[in-house]
Amino acid sequence: MLGIISYGVYIPLWRLKRSAIASGLSGEKAIASFDEDSITMATAAAVDCFQNIERKSIDGLIFASTTSPYLEKQAASIVAKALDLRRDVFTADTLACLRGGTIGMRIASDMVKAGSAKRVLVTAADCRLGAPDSNFEQDSGDGGGALVFGDSSEAIATVVGSYSISNELMDVWRLPGEAFVNTEEDRFIEEQGYLKIVEEAMSGIMHKYSLTSKEFAKVVFYAPNIRCYRTLVSRLGFNSNQLQDPLFDSIGNTGTAYPLMMLIAALEEAKPGDKILLASYGDGSDVFILETTEHIKNNSHRGIKLYLESKKVIEDYPKYLKWRKILPVDKGRSVLIPKPSLKEMMRRQEEVLCMYGTKCKACGTIQYPPQKVCTKCHTMDQFDKVRLSDKKGEIYSFTVDYGAGGIEPPIVTFTDLEGGGRVFCLLTDASSDEVRIGLPVEFNLRKSYQEIIPEYIWKVRPIRINK
Amino acid sequence: MEGIKDRVAIIGMGCTQFGELWDRSEEDLLVEAVHEAFEDAGVEPKDIQAAWLGNARTAMRGAALAIPLKLEYIPISRVENQCCSGTDAFRNACYAVAAGVYDLALVVGFEKLKDAGPERLRARYLYPDLFPQVPLGLPAQEFALKATRYFHDYGLSFEEGKQMLSRIAVKNHHNGTMSPKAHFRREITIEQAMKAPMIAYPLGLLDACGVSDGAAAAIITRSEIAKNFRGDYVLVKGIGICSGAKQAQLRNDEDLTHFEENVRAARMAYEEAGIKDPLKEFDLAELHDCFTITEAITYEDLGFCPRGKAKEYVEEGVFDLDGELAVNTDGGLKCFGHPLGASGIRMIYEIYKQMQYKAGPRQRKNPTIGLTHNLGGTTGAYTVSVAIFGQRD
Repeated sequence: MLGIISYGVYIPLWRLKRSAIASGLSGEKAIASFDEDSITMATAAAVDCFQNIERKSIDGLIFASTTSPYLEKQAASIVAKALDLRRDVFTADTLACLRGGTIGMRIASDMVKAGSAKRVLVTAADCRLGAPDSNFEQDSGDGGGALVFGDSSEAIATVVGSYSISNELMDVWRLPGEAFVNTEEDRFIEEQGYLKIVEEAMSGIMHKYSLTSKEFAKVVFYAPNIRCYRTLVSRLGFNSNQLQDPLFDSIGNTGTAYPLMMLIAALEEAKPGDKILLASYGDGSDVFILETTEHIKNNSHRGIKLYLESKKVIEDYPKYLKWRKILPVDKGRSVLIPKPSLKEMMRRQEEVLCMYGTKCKACGTIQYPPQKVCTKCHTMDQFDKVRLSDKKGEIYSFTVDYGAGGIEPPIVTFTDLEGGGRVFCLLTDASSDEVRIGLPVEFNLRKSYQEIIPEYIWKVRPIRINK
Repeated sequence: MEGIKDRVAIIGMGCTQFGELWDRSEEDLLVEAVHEAFEDAGVEPKDIQAAWLGNARTAMRGAALAIPLKLEYIPISRVENQCCSGTDAFRNACYAVAAGVYDLALVVGFEKLKDAGPERLRARYLYPDLFPQVPLGLPAQEFALKATRYFHDYGLSFEEGKQMLSRIAVKNHHNGTMSPKAHFRREITIEQAMKAPMIAYPLGLLDACGVSDGAAAAIITRSEIAKNFRGDYVLVKGIGICSGAKQAQLRNDEDLTHFEENVRAARMAYEEAGIKDPLKEFDLAELHDCFTITEAITYEDLGFCPRGKAKEYVEEGVFDLDGELAVNTDGGLKCFGHPLGASGIRMIYEIYKQMQYKAGPRQRKNPTIGLTHNLGGTTGAYTVSVAIFGQRD
């Protein structure tokens, strides 16, 4: 039998007040920082899954997004490396399709059901871009959600059943080279697409499993925006207490990650034995019926609620446009650095992506980056690898480098880690006002400062949630 | 083990104008500096038996010196050791002369830094300074990290710390006004230094040295035959140089408020020269003030003042031109400028001219013994050189 055995969420720290885009708009949307993308957010969401399961037990990883930085090349392999999963993990991307998150969920379910894998992690993240001043820009938000599928004996929610529809319609699309999402006329795509298909899929699954709408404790479904959400609600006939808050006022539509994030929000509130109906949308629909178990009470994750509370609201729309490179950024006197050596990046992958340091077997000194000869006792080649990305630390010293150029002046630190180790790294998600010696920090995967090719490094940030 | 003390003498030196020399080529600078040294020593190019070229970034191999000067078919080595390149070239030449292999050797320090942009100063994936987590390795951030921690460890507020640094900048600017070949020659006020635009918190623009072009040269010989060339030659008393192995980055028990490489290099040089009480014995010192904080920390590392007391000593004027131990009498890197490979030889040039009483308005009264100091690299992995010079007895 099959179920969800762990979950994780990532909501970026930054929220843009919608009134900063245009007066009269309400609420805020979650926005990824300039150094975040779908890979970093999917990684952070997945890390939250490891609060109650061992990362090395993961047999498969599926990354879902419409905003992978690559048109050709897998993103899941980067996420798997950053998460330090096993070498023999199966990795796959489900890209381009808006319901990629639930496609990943179906593949993961079927892998576990077929017995080809015991535990499969699905992590979805999106950072979709609307043209400035478009409705899409107001509605969309950034974030990530992750689920681990495994055996029902340890599940927090079992998968009762699933059902899918494929539907061909040009409603929302983006061609190679295009930055912004295109949409066809609203009324056409809503009536012929979203509203029709989700309703059809929901009634399809209820018919298939002989269930009625009253039997669900919670109904969770994708919606492109609040207006579509309300229209669909009025047609479906569920009671208001059955409906999951769509969180449009605080996060926005997070694309492929949205159904997973809303499901996790529902799981956080659920009682054992609750039936949950989940529906996605995008070139069709995937629908799931889930039923929570006794294990739902043991919640060790950061989850939606705590990430929602941890935020910095900005009202600076041009800053957001610069972060997205929609407005050009003054490079100042900065000079392009030659692109990193790909050979070097390969050799140093464990150091850079897995954030491995070395711990001397003779004297116990933890050293980063890894060394051949111990800095303290000079013993050679006698080291254990230590993953440092899950260690917390404190700022030992810092500077704000105004001469470096780029979007934001980088805050450069020496950070001392709990249990030993000193790391020369950048501080992110922090202003120059709040950085101080002794500031408690944690690691978060980010894009490197240069963006000649996508390159990922671990930066520290002020601890967001003590969990 | 015999040291280098009193075995090698400097008999001629030259130094070009330092600065943003847009209209002058590599060839112009090298020929000018070296020919000033030839004339000063009274030797001909054909008398030079071997040469060393200290250069950190912009010139490759011995031919960089052979071609402009037409030094034909003599041994020429190019020495790279970051900001110690000049002094390390000098050290190698001294050892060859002391060994009796050559009687007359030429040392040149040189850098044409301004032809390229700031990328010349940046390290990325450049072994051994590989910083994947901080891809932009700018020098200012290196030393700003030390300043933040120095202020913290000695309980200085931002204002108090900046006052100390500004006082150093004001002193070096004042000395620079009397230094005709310096890159920057104007007085600044404490207030200007305090309020200068921030470049890397807590360091402002006036905490940083100039990025410059320039060349300097020295001609050395065995001390026994130095008097054949001139009466007022200057003797090498000791040279210490060492490299860190990244300890301050790799170990939590290392601090950032001192440079261990400074301490070790000074110890070597002091032992060789027989220095016991640096503050009392040295009359003048040329310190590597790439940033004001570097000069402040170096006072303490070299034993010019006790730990944590740099601010007190600076504010009492101990290191002023008329102080007990004048530091950076020619303006230092701060105002004379910092063409990386040239700086070490430029510092020796100042000590040499002071000892010959040719330093004009910035002349010290009794310059019997002096020191030069260079520091280059990255946290825990600096190369530091300390060289000590004395007037002939």
